[in-house]
Amino acid sequence: MAAELIALVKHDCPVCDSVLPALDAAGVRVVSQSTPDETAAQAQRLGLVHIPEVDTDLALSERLDPDAVPAVVLLDGEREEGRVEGLQRTRLIELAAQAGATLDLDGLPEMRPGCASITRDPEVAARLAARAARRDGRLKAREIVVGELEDVHEALYARGVTDGLPVVPPTPERVVRMLEGTRRDPQDLVGIIPPYDGRATVEKVAINAVMAGCAPEHLPVVLAAVHAACRPEFAWHGLIATTHPAGPAVIAFNTDVGINTKGNVLGQGTRANATIGRALQLVGRNVGGGRPQVEDRAAHGQPGKVGLCFAERIEGNPWPSPFDAPTVMLMALEAPRIVVDQLAREPEGLAASLASALESVAHPKQRLAWDALLVVGPEHARVFGEAGWSRDQLRQRLFELTTSPAGELTRGAGGSPEGIEPKWVSDPEMPVAKFASPERIQIVHAGGDAGLFSMVFGSWAAGEIGSAPVSEEVEPWA
Amino acid sequence: MGLTILDPTREAEPQTRPLAPRDGAPRRIALVDIRKPRGDVFLDELEALLRDRGHEIERTQKPTFTKPAPADVRREIAERCDAVIEALAD
Repeated sequence: MAAELIALVKHDCPVCDSVLPALDAAGVRVVSQSTPDETAAQAQRLGLVHIPEVDTDLALSERLDPDAVPAVVLLDGEREEGRVEGLQRTRLIELAAQAGATLDLDGLPEMRPGCASITRDPEVAARLAARAARRDGRLKAREIVVGELEDVHEALYARGVTDGLPVVPPTPERVVRMLEGTRRDPQDLVGIIPPYDGRATVEKVAINAVMAGCAPEHLPVVLAAVHAACRPEFAWHGLIATTHPAGPAVIAFNTDVGINTKGNVLGQGTRANATIGRALQLVGRNVGGGRPQVEDRAAHGQPGKVGLCFAERIEGNPWPSPFDAPTVMLMALEAPRIVVDQLAREPEGLAASLASALESVAHPKQRLAWDALLVVGPEHARVFGEAGWSRDQLRQRLFELTTSPAGELTRGAGGSPEGIEPKWVSDPEMPVAKFASPERIQIVHAGGDAGLFSMVFGSWAAGEIGSAPVSEEVEPWA
Repeated sequence: MGLTILDPTREAEPQTRPLAPRDGAPRRIALVDIRKPRGDVFLDELEALLRDRGHEIERTQKPTFTKPAPADVRREIAERCDAVIEALAD
């Protein structure tokens, strides 16, 4: 096949206007990025003999991918032999000569930069990227068209795919942009999500992350969290189906994606905190199944089930990070409550206060069935730090302090029928631990500078009979 | 032209399976304790009532109420019994 010269132009480009008459006179094939009407008007305005072709769907522009127009490209079949973008008079004449065409560019300046190709318009570029992703099999999710007269937020809520709050509509363009947050193939399987065993591919997670309001840099954290949630020991199926209020909490260590660790750490106002936990919940609901009162049988639930994510505070942390690399830890947790101790300045007394709150997880007489997460505020952590208490030392002491005499824990003791069956108690003075081991009390440093407070979360049914904390490095998902 | 969005769901509906045929009263019935408090109390009552009606009873249990019954437990029930009753709780 003989070499062919193709010129890409657009209607609102003065440099295109300046070279079009010469291209037209030489019979060069001209293709416009503009609409048919705009192209015809330009041809008429310039008195062209031939009306340029229109680059329908920008297919040729996408293939040649110029930065600027006019872009004159010499093609030999699929192979590109040469190209000139903008006006470069001498080079353009030489390129045309290679295709046997003579360009009369007399009177034009030697050099003028062109105009940005329409494919460099961010909106157009996003549309083309989404189209390419679909063509290449990177996007496989079913497309849903929301009618022009429909409110997209209402339509998504009506389809039952939200948590009740508005979501960001997951357009293909937004999902492709989200996928830039990971090197993973969009069709990689992240996990099989119970109860319906839905396949959470990277693409499906990205769609839900868009809906949750995540930025692309949050995606690896969400992917790591989803992968961790699918580990058998986390017992996602039971966590969704339980009548207990617990939900999955994402606790990040050493990450660098803007997760708040300081003031209002468990509250609103920081995008990463608000959206990463929400994305995990939406993946659960939409991919695995988890509609309240349907698959999610929680009697009460709790506000953190919209999504809960926070990170360990590094500044002022008296303890080294429990993980070397950026890591997420997942725990099945109920709502937090405060432990106030504004008087303790010694570690032993402060530990006693924290232990009293840990004793009340689930029910003071419920033993060995629950884990806890203690979020130690900086002002409390300082007391332990100044006394040289390590994280493990605090954990050990809390384990010791959360023991009670068996006689106080039996059914009927203190007036409540809950508790240990009396037949298991031979000695009422025998100490009974609250937690199965010190490791069952997780400790994280987080919170604002001021406030002599810590926070306690109780877990869902814990350990082998329920859900165990799981952790996952983030980097393999980046 | 409306707005195109991508389906966030698993794009598959759970399989529906027909109920097993009901040919007469089941001879042997499995009673599954899911291991929630007082589930045994309920099943004891149920067992007495069913035995009075001439059914054979096989008691079994899940290792923990928090996780689905293991495949072995399900298979054993299917092989040995004609019907199953699960004691839920709460």
